[in-house]
Amino acid sequence: MLPRGGGVTLDRIIPEQACRIVGIRARGRSRRRMFAMGLVPGARVEMLRTAPLGDPVEYRVRGYCLAIRKADAGLIDVMPEEQ
Amino acid sequence: MQQFTVALAGNPNVGKTTIFNAVTGSRQHVGNWPGVTVEKKTGRISHRGIEIDVVDLPGTYSLTAYSLDEIVARDFILDEKPDVVIQVVDATNLERNLYLTTQLMEIGAPLVVALNVADLAEARGDAIDAERLQSLLAIPVVRTVGNRGEGIEDMLDAAIREAESPPRHEHTVGYGDDAEAAIARLVTALSADADLAGHYPLRWLAVRLLEGDEHADCRLEGSPAREAALEILAGIDREACEAALADKRYEVIAAILAQVCRLAPEKISASDRIDRVVTNRYLGIPIFLALMWGAFELTFAVGGFFGEAIEAGFGVLGEAAATIEPGWLASLIGDGILGGVGAVLAFVPHIFILFLILSIMEASGYLARAAFIMDRLMYAFGLPGKAFIPMLMGFGCNVPAIMATRTIEDHKERLITIMVNPFISCGARLPIYVLFTGIFFGREAGTVIFALYVLGIAVAIGSAKLFRSTILPGESAAFIMELPPYRLPTLRGSMIQMWDRGSTYLKKAGGIILIGAVIIWALASNPPGVEYGSQESLVGIIGNMLSPAVEPLGLNGKIAVALIFGILAKEIVVSSLGVLYGAGEDAGSLTDALAADPGLGPASALALMVFALLYLPCIATLAVIRAETGSWRWTGFAVGYGVVIAWLLAFFAYQAGRLIWGI
Ligand SMILES: Nc1nc2c(ncn2[C@@H]2O[C@H](COP(=O)(O)OP(=O)(O)O)[C@@H](O)[C@H]2O)c(=O)[nH]1
Repeated sequence: MLPRGGGVTLDRIIPEQACRIVGIRARGRSRRRMFAMGLVPGARVEMLRTAPLGDPVEYRVRGYCLAIRKADAGLIDVMPEEQ
Repeated sequence: MQQFTVALAGNPNVGKTTIFNAVTGSRQHVGNWPGVTVEKKTGRISHRGIEIDVVDLPGTYSLTAYSLDEIVARDFILDEKPDVVIQVVDATNLERNLYLTTQLMEIGAPLVVALNVADLAEARGDAIDAERLQSLLAIPVVRTVGNRGEGIEDMLDAAIREAESPPRHEHTVGYGDDAEAAIARLVTALSADADLAGHYPLRWLAVRLLEGDEHADCRLEGSPAREAALEILAGIDREACEAALADKRYEVIAAILAQVCRLAPEKISASDRIDRVVTNRYLGIPIFLALMWGAFELTFAVGGFFGEAIEAGFGVLGEAAATIEPGWLASLIGDGILGGVGAVLAFVPHIFILFLILSIMEASGYLARAAFIMDRLMYAFGLPGKAFIPMLMGFGCNVPAIMATRTIEDHKERLITIMVNPFISCGARLPIYVLFTGIFFGREAGTVIFALYVLGIAVAIGSAKLFRSTILPGESAAFIMELPPYRLPTLRGSMIQMWDRGSTYLKKAGGIILIGAVIIWALASNPPGVEYGSQESLVGIIGNMLSPAVEPLGLNGKIAVALIFGILAKEIVVSSLGVLYGAGEDAGSLTDALAADPGLGPASALALMVFALLYLPCIATLAVIRAETGSWRWTGFAVGYGVVIAWLLAFFAYQAGRLIWGI
């Protein structure tokens, strides 16, 4: 399946940029975990900062903070918001 | 007298433990859920003349089959059918918290919502209309502030009212025409099985099946309704369905929240400001290391102080025991029980203090940051960021370190972290290194000791990678972790947690340690009449039998015996060598005696230290491995794997050493 949203994935979002989820390509347990944490298509996600060693990344979603590894964020297709 | 069971559910970090403590006070019981090593806390209280059993379910974000925690929580609600479930909800984070609410509603449990952390939501300027929320959800909503005990009485009153009232209709999310049609067909098909219908809420089961939940599939096994249900599911893309249903739940939640909340405009929160420093690209790691160093200093300063006191106490008891008649009993009590158990108990203060620090880090929210900072490093070894703290604690003592793996959610990741922990060189092994490097390595002693620590880390990491790719394979679960807002932990809460974990350890490990100490004593003092631990005793005989096995390492039977005693606690290797080399308690004369042994040289000393670093874990560690894995097989594996690795590497060290130093 081709990534939607112009090929942008969540790991590409830069600090203080926000985006909306358009698709989730994770499978199985990871996918279930994402849903439970509020990462569903349509959700707004804001990138906050990267961990000191470059991975994982902290995001704000639904009013709380969430750390996601880049490899996992790469399975989430997003549409960046206009600044 | 009437009696109810109340289960506490909720997301992690919402104050559920605080509420549980406020409700039950000190009348709590900590154990495990049957068959699994997830911690189970229960307490019995009496409220307005009604006896209430309170069960603390594991903190979860949903009730799917994502983790062991979720399965435990869900099965308890389904199978034990508590009279009421109280969901503790974080009022500052309603949107995500209500997701679990929708699932609890679906599962059909009588529900009460405790709107906790209400103080912070109000301080932030959020206006939440609890009454409106109550009428929209059609479940009682009670405002609570866990750490100040506010609203607890009201919450219990509401729970009793809910338990006594007739069951409400299933008030659930409507999933839209297509999904509802499929659900209706599934419910019809499933209701053909009276057994199933009697046990599970069918709408819940239908939804779980639509979402492709394997555990729901299992519940269909052997049911007459299975064929019909599978036929309906065959035409459905269950993965797409799962996304659509999750989306629908959030949609419903958003619609409810729009009517009950007026959130204050988002400001930069205090938590965010702290994080800008604490997880900063340049400051994050130094701050983390400084905190860890402080934790260590504190543990060993305070723990050492009490530990010495305990040792002194056992010394006095030992002297008293020496006067007991007959002599063998004096020896059993003095040498065996008091000596063996005392050596282990001297570490109990360290364990309690490490637990106190750990629970403060957990309740304050820093533990999640530590995992965030260290995840990249640990991931390289196939472990999650949360494995870092147990590894680090292992340098102090492997026992609390292994217990600290409880913060790791994934079962396999946790098991790997437990199995590799004994290779981290704990404080008790240091006296062995100090003794032998002092004799054989002179000015290089520091370098050799450092190299031993590095070797321990390398073996731990290598083994983690090995286990990951062989006996415990599997994708690392997606690393998606909440970074909860920083909160001020309460001293009471932290003390309770320290006490719970520490005393659980003593209860579980105490018996095994005692038995181990007695066995070693029996081996050291039989056949009757031999000098304790001498070459003529059973231990000595076993040591001699083992000498062919340790000869390729450049070691002799006396050292094999000392290593057997080391199973009690690693530092005992030194004191037993003292006895075996006839040097008594005097360290100086032991040094001379070892230096004078023509069979020993730098190469064999190195082999000995490598072996002592890696061979079997001490009894206390084995006891905690057994308690935490719940399995003798894994405990046995820890022994076997350790001995093999230790022998191979010690052999290699000896041969390499001989090339360098000749002996
Ligand atoms: N301000 C505030 N803090 C709370 C409240 N309830 C709990 N806390 C704090 O929140 C932190 C996490 O609580 P804990 O009970 O460990 O959460 P759990 O993970 O859900 O068990 C602790 O530091 C508590 O003292 C509350 O109602 N208001």
